[in-house]
Amino acid sequence: MPMLEVRDLKLQYSSARGVVKAVDNVSFDIEKGEVLGIVGESGSGKTSLSLALMRVLPKNVHAYEGQVTLDGKEISSLPDEAFRKQVRWRQISMVFQGAQNSLNPVLKVGFQAAEPMLVRSKTDRREARKRVEDLFELVGLPREIYDRYPHELSGGMKQRVGVASALVLDPKLIILDEPTSALDVSIQAQIMNLLKRLKRELGLSMIFITHDIALSSDICDHLAVLYAGEVVEKGSAEQIFGNPKHPYTQLLLASVPRLKSDTDPKYIPGAPPDLTSPPPGCRFHPRCPYRFEPCDHKVPPQVKVDEGQTAKCWLNVESEKVKAKK
Amino acid sequence: MLVKRRVREGEGEEMIRLEDVKMHFTVRKGLFKTTTMKAVDGVSLKIGKGEILALVGESGSGKTTLGRLTLRLLQPTSGRILFENQDITNLHEAKLKMFRGRVQAVFQDPYSSIDPFMNIYQIVEEPLVIHRIGDEKERREHVYKTLEDVRLTPPQDYAEKYPHMLSGGQRQRVGIARALVLNPEYIMADEPVSMIDASSRVEILQLLKRLQETHNIAFLYITHDIATARYFSDRVSVMYRGRVVESGPSEKVIEKPLHSYTKQLIAAVPEPDPSNRFRERSVVETGSFDEDDADLVEVEPDHFVAGFKK
Repeated sequence: MPMLEVRDLKLQYSSARGVVKAVDNVSFDIEKGEVLGIVGESGSGKTSLSLALMRVLPKNVHAYEGQVTLDGKEISSLPDEAFRKQVRWRQISMVFQGAQNSLNPVLKVGFQAAEPMLVRSKTDRREARKRVEDLFELVGLPREIYDRYPHELSGGMKQRVGVASALVLDPKLIILDEPTSALDVSIQAQIMNLLKRLKRELGLSMIFITHDIALSSDICDHLAVLYAGEVVEKGSAEQIFGNPKHPYTQLLLASVPRLKSDTDPKYIPGAPPDLTSPPPGCRFHPRCPYRFEPCDHKVPPQVKVDEGQTAKCWLNVESEKVKAKK
Repeated sequence: MLVKRRVREGEGEEMIRLEDVKMHFTVRKGLFKTTTMKAVDGVSLKIGKGEILALVGESGSGKTTLGRLTLRLLQPTSGRILFENQDITNLHEAKLKMFRGRVQAVFQDPYSSIDPFMNIYQIVEEPLVIHRIGDEKERREHVYKTLEDVRLTPPQDYAEKYPHMLSGGQRQRVGIARALVLNPEYIMADEPVSMIDASSRVEILQLLKRLQETHNIAFLYITHDIATARYFSDRVSVMYRGRVVESGPSEKVIEKPLHSYTKQLIAAVPEPDPSNRFRERSVVETGSFDEDDADLVEVEPDHFVAGFKK
């Protein structure tokens, strides 16, 4: 049984321009100790997806539906107060994009990391301090950092503080939203190594959200490629990188500038659609070089293309038919 | 490869040259103590007309300060800055205005570097208004042509829009149009794609590359991403702690790096490969080399490495 099961998760906002379909019928599973990568461009609904899982919702929510099951227990049906007490941060925690800027500048970083313990589990201050100092050590920070203020730390150190605070209540799952996007390559490499170590040593499950498909190969066991609020392809890292079936995934991979091969990187022309009025049929069809007859008016189904790999594309429906005939 | 060196108009002529430039800042520590921060500590480099030089380094290496020096936005502590062989190191503001019209900058964050309350037309037109160029009709034609140059087409569709209505890549193209509208000969682009989606980065870089070819513009491309430098630049200079540790033609430096810092920087770049997750990423071990003060040695023609012993 998977540790986390997400079924038909939907999140829509109301805006002046109409209903924004930020997350549209997203489904996936995560096994214990596994890292799932969610890859997509900005505006594909990656951050909305993580907010939907954490149930940290803005005021203008239009619809919020779907089934989320954690360790066999359905958490999506919990009332908000129970969700806050039992699930958020205690079972699912999060490292935010630019944790550098999500720290309060006038509070000591140690206190900020300890806060969930002090507030939620009424831990005694000395005990909380010890726990946070231990975690700082685990994430490669000196224990003395506890009494420092955010401006005294570098970007990479602040991101480590962000990781330590996500661990403070010993959650089952951590959502990492672009945890390295504001960092240099070499600091990025250090943070990625830290995450790999935590995965290995603590057996943590993670959702790793990024726009950078090359970076996702650094830690993810499975990937879900998000486009315009929908999962367009899912599979293991080997399948997605070795044999991508959706044209969007193929183009994303082709857009990576390589240092070790001579192929020119290619960009994906156009921009992701406005989520208030996504294109009919396949949402990727206006940018797709392989579009054909059904693409602009019929929504493609999720087709199983390999064991554990699915793609939402008419091309795969056609090739399945050909296979069936043979 | 995207970058193919071809003979260009004015090739070989110098656009900008820095000679042993130092930029030291005085930083206050506490109430009375001050220390000196050597942001740029003795850098010499030149950018030819119509050439793209990539300046690669991590944050804190002094690359942004160096970029600002090439625009003479800062006056160096010592050393000389030359623009077309003319010394502009100590030129007064009034005399710099002529120079300022010929050089431009593109910044990292297209979300904060353009005014959200101006529409695209006003943003791109503003430099022309400031420099009192053309009448309204001429300006309109030129703004529309510039929007076409950066492929915001048809320009009529974009002119009335506001920045929040555009994607990151489109916004950055507005930033480029604003730099381009004065027909500059040199553009300093400071991390122009680092805040843009990976899938659109190549598009912006190809656009800049095309502008270099069609408008013969010289670029200083400042980046921490050595992988994009390979595709986009003619030459690369690698900066570490305020000094250049290696410089030369891009293919040479990236395919055959000689300084250990450059090697580590290259090794730290992630390549899409599912087996990555089973091994540690290689990291830059700062302090593993103490060649900080070493001079640049020409190891092979046009390839310079700090403290290289033959």
